[in-house]
Amino acid sequence: MLPALGFIICAIFLAMIWALFKNKKRISSSPIGRFFFGFLLIILSIGAVNYFLVGINANRLYFWQQTIYGVSLGSVYALIALGYTMVYGIIRLINFAHGEIYMIGAYAGFFAVASLGLPFFLALMFAMLTSALAGVLVERIAYKPLRKAPRLAVLITAIGMSLLLQNVGQKVFGSIPRSFPRQFTGLYRIGELNIDQSRAIIFVITFLLMLILQYFVVYTKPGKAMRAVSQERDAAQLVGVNVDRTIALTFFVGSLLAGAAGILVAIVFPQIRPTMGLMPGLKAFVAAVIGGIGIIPGAVLGGLIIGVSENLVTAYVSSSWRDAIAFGLLILILLLKPSGILGRNVKEKV
Amino acid sequence: MLKIEDLHVYYGGIHAIKGISLNVSEGQIVSLIGANGAGKSTCLNTISNLVQNSKGKISFMGKNITNAPPHKIVKYGVAQVPEGRKVFPQMSVSENLDMGAYTRNDKLGVKEDKQKVFKLFPRLLERENQLAGTLSGGEQQMLAIGRGLMAKPKIMLLDEPSMGLAPLLVREIFSIIDEINSQGTTILLVEQNANMALSIADYAYVLETGRIVLKGEAKTLAADEKVKEAYLGG
Ligand SMILES: Nc1ncnc2c1ncn2[C@@H]1O[C@H](COP(=O)(O)OP(=O)(O)OP(=O)(O)O)[C@@H](O)[C@H]1O
Ligand SMILES: [Mg+2]
Repeated sequence: MLPALGFIICAIFLAMIWALFKNKKRISSSPIGRFFFGFLLIILSIGAVNYFLVGINANRLYFWQQTIYGVSLGSVYALIALGYTMVYGIIRLINFAHGEIYMIGAYAGFFAVASLGLPFFLALMFAMLTSALAGVLVERIAYKPLRKAPRLAVLITAIGMSLLLQNVGQKVFGSIPRSFPRQFTGLYRIGELNIDQSRAIIFVITFLLMLILQYFVVYTKPGKAMRAVSQERDAAQLVGVNVDRTIALTFFVGSLLAGAAGILVAIVFPQIRPTMGLMPGLKAFVAAVIGGIGIIPGAVLGGLIIGVSENLVTAYVSSSWRDAIAFGLLILILLLKPSGILGRNVKEKV
Repeated sequence: MLKIEDLHVYYGGIHAIKGISLNVSEGQIVSLIGANGAGKSTCLNTISNLVQNSKGKISFMGKNITNAPPHKIVKYGVAQVPEGRKVFPQMSVSENLDMGAYTRNDKLGVKEDKQKVFKLFPRLLERENQLAGTLSGGEQQMLAIGRGLMAKPKIMLLDEPSMGLAPLLVREIFSIIDEINSQGTTILLVEQNANMALSIADYAYVLETGRIVLKGEAKTLAADEKVKEAYLGG
């Protein structure tokens, strides 16, 4: 099968580029340098995929269309992945209930639009806030009492929380999928490309949210407190950071983004159901690991990589490979660089 | 100013501090010396309330702070420079200092104090934008002290500032501690380097496996035969 062969060659190509810049310590030592390197990597591999796949199908337009859709979908994965990565950064917990926070965002958005008749952007706010409150509540009820417990205990609690929320969702929202009212059905033409308005909206909103997040984390006082707690918790306490509040805030912000992801996805894939958080949650987690868990730009990078490869695999290989590719990439990255693309092996100073 | 009465600390079943009482008066440098595992860090961490399993009473400027949360204690004016520096490795020197002023809202005062820290440690100014994790051990110690100062503390708790530093740098750090004290900050200094600690301290306590075994004027202790033998290398 030719496309599959193309893909294997691409994977090898990718691994080679990776090996190349793995040794360039200096360029890859600053986070921004690394981000751009990662970005370059994506562009190059898209180019490579383009060469192999399009060489076969000879339909460049279709390729770019799929890539753009991939970026749009990937930005949603990125939004969810940010929550995983931030929470991991601060309490070293993989919050498996995060996918359900995303599901709650989708339902909150659904009710805001379908029952309350709110305009989309208000519904977006409503979904974000609802998810954020749910996220903070989960932290307060399930994780905070376990602050000093072994990590495994907290992890198992997180899995339990995920199952609990799914089942409560079935009970409260019903297990029959609901259909999110159609939004943004327009079409943009850029050159020869047709871009769905809904996909464009997803990308723009996600991009804005990420800019705001970046500003928040780098420049504001609570954002700095978050970084301080994740880097050196005791020292953060010793300069007067309220650690409990900072952890709650991290859940708040991460869940805010997941809520946005929930309602944004619903404008492209309008079927929402209580179990909808499972797959995207897992994939976003994979995205966070691929980018380097605990590293914010890494989550964005990982999300985009997964989104794009998923769409291309669906377009050129088979849609039954769609879910497999994320985990394939996960295995690849764990073999090549377990700390993730932007991850570093931290050296301790004595 | 800082008063500890009959403090006991437990780590699970381990009785790490077995009833110590200690007093630091305003303006003094008080030193707490003792061998590895004597309980010095435990004592400071209990004051900062990072370690919570304790019995006894800790008061600061007449206020009972025994169970106050750590961030409140900083706000009251107690800053700790922890053992092993614990700077924020992925933040720049400048950001680390800003973090030190986390509890303060007087932007102007913070700016001024930052300049003061840079004056005290010109090396930090040269490395203002360098990531703290890439500093040398000595520079990290300077940064940790600078970060502590940025809180504008009334009392500063220093945990082994000489650890792992070359003798010349140790002397430099100690003279700076002395200077910080003469500018009005009270100091509780934990050290294994008893020689240096006693040379700048007014008063000192000797801690041995969770108990205070000796206390007195630093000069008197420095001349004490037992102390000489055990802590000053004969
Ligand atoms: N988190 C902890 N859990 C269990 N035991 C601890 C813990 N921290 C300290 N201890 C024990 O408490 C005792 C006192 O330790 P502490 O760190 O206060 O000693 P120290 O005087 O600061 O020693 P050093 O000079 O080596 O820093 C030691 O026996 C140590 O093993
Ligand atoms: Mg110690």
